[in-house]
Amino acid sequence: MEILVDMKKHPAAAWIGLALIAVALAALPFALAAIGTAWVRITNLALLFVLLSLGLNIVVGFAGLLDLGYIAFYAVGAYTYALLASPHFNLHLPFWLILPLGAAVACLFGVLLGAPTLKLRGDYLAIVTLGFGEIVRIFMNNLSQPVNITNGPQGITLIDPFRIGDFNFAKTDVMLGLTFSGPVKYYYLLVLVLLAIIVINLRLQDSRIGRAWEAIREDEIAARAMGLNTRNLKLLAFAMGASFGGVSGGIFAATQGFISPESFVLVESVMVLSMVVLGGMGNIWGVILGALLLSFVPEVLRYTVEPVQRALFGRMLIEPEVIRMLLFGLALVLMMLFRPAGILPSAVRKREFARKAAT
Amino acid sequence: MNVPASAPPLLELSRVEVAYGGIHAVKGIDLAVGDGELVCLIGANGAGKTTTLKGICGLQPVKAGTIRYAGKDITGKPAFQLVRQGLAMVPEGRGVFGALTIEENLAMGAYARSDGAAIRSDVERVYQLFPRLKERRRQTAGTMSGGEQQMLAMGRALMSRPKLLLLDEPSMGLAPLMVQKVFETILTVSGEGVTILLIEQNAKLALEVSHRGYVMESGEITIQGDAKKLLDDPAVRAAYLGE
Repeated sequence: MEILVDMKKHPAAAWIGLALIAVALAALPFALAAIGTAWVRITNLALLFVLLSLGLNIVVGFAGLLDLGYIAFYAVGAYTYALLASPHFNLHLPFWLILPLGAAVACLFGVLLGAPTLKLRGDYLAIVTLGFGEIVRIFMNNLSQPVNITNGPQGITLIDPFRIGDFNFAKTDVMLGLTFSGPVKYYYLLVLVLLAIIVINLRLQDSRIGRAWEAIREDEIAARAMGLNTRNLKLLAFAMGASFGGVSGGIFAATQGFISPESFVLVESVMVLSMVVLGGMGNIWGVILGALLLSFVPEVLRYTVEPVQRALFGRMLIEPEVIRMLLFGLALVLMMLFRPAGILPSAVRKREFARKAAT
Repeated sequence: MNVPASAPPLLELSRVEVAYGGIHAVKGIDLAVGDGELVCLIGANGAGKTTTLKGICGLQPVKAGTIRYAGKDITGKPAFQLVRQGLAMVPEGRGVFGALTIEENLAMGAYARSDGAAIRSDVERVYQLFPRLKERRRQTAGTMSGGEQQMLAMGRALMSRPKLLLLDEPSMGLAPLMVQKVFETILTVSGEGVTILLIEQNAKLALEVSHRGYVMESGEITIQGDAKKLLDDPAVRAAYLGE
């Protein structure tokens, strides 16, 4: 939104800024590929988490419904894609068909979760959604008997990459003298999807529906007295958030080529929620920042913790994994103490927190 | 302002019962509000006044009986549909959206409408009615005093262009001076032709501004009649006016 305001005041500067961002985004994968293809993959995963966080932000940030099982929709999207585009059922449907289908199935699951939990809120809603997330994962784990649907804990392998005609997202192509490896191609696709989802989010926030969600979060009884159909509005939030999760899941399945229930455990839900909260619930830019931070910092640590310790102490004292959780916990505690509304809080949330602190 | 007896009432409750879980809060009451009337429902804390109101506007399921509004049976209709038929409510404790600005709060009041130009002129009308709100229109509602919030809540309810306005304890938690102001605005709104059902614990003030009154006790209507007569009723005076 700040960008939009800028555009009115200094159109030229804003356009130059946007152009610079576009060039940086376009050049980024090649810079990363120079360091190592692993970093392109890490970036892709980070972008997937940005997508997920933006989806969850609709449910938690806009509508104020605490969802601890969000990863289930990611799982539903991923499995929809995997089952319809892999040797498992010997189905190889095109991605432009099953990606929307995955979103639709996830949306259906969103409504299925939303409908019975409409009257719950806060902690109670969190518990039910947490249970829902686990139920989905356990189903994925056990639907291998008596009829093998999900292939159980072994997961599904050899999932088709995205293909448009002869253009295969998993193969390396040389175009215009540049080498486009699989991950680089997926990077561009993810950036495009991300841009679309950011635009949807921005439009949503400033819409009638966005304001209605705000009102529900503030005072549900008053919102109903204003003529808001709170039931449908909450279901809409669940459905929209779930569809975003479903799309992300489909892309995840295609980029990885392999999925198993292990990718969709509770910790992942908590992770996505942490990204939303850390960045600033309800603020799109904050959420994006939170997701990028929580995706990249652990990876950077993975590569730096060991050499730093060896240089300082001559040996490894603490495993990178342990340090990661330690720092993660510390960061969350510090955030709650000093910036409870997030790194980049939304205007409304900032006011809400200020008011709560004052009373 | 006497309402002709022949005119059908705008709101009519017959044998209405509302229950909260196992608690029978409203035990079959009859109540009517005529077009253009200002009627109050008074009673002690816990008498079932708020529950009655929630039953009328679809926020609490009605167990038995019928509620008719503008000639139609609205029993059990959800709140969001009723607002579109001109039945607005100001909830207990005001229920303003504290983190939204005055302007945004008023816009929410017009949520059920889509006639942009008329909405803008109605905002101006509300500002005329409550100049205080205009001064503070970009301020968040949570930063205002209780009295100002009550004015905002009423202004917001007016934004839906109600035929019938239900007010739940508008004087609650306000300083005496503010209570006076709030009641003046209730009279102003009533003067604009809006029918009002006022729920109050402050029986004296409520009866002074109303045309008719109902007294509720443990979920039942015990006394009803002309507001001025109720003010002189020894039973009412003893129980609710502290004599």
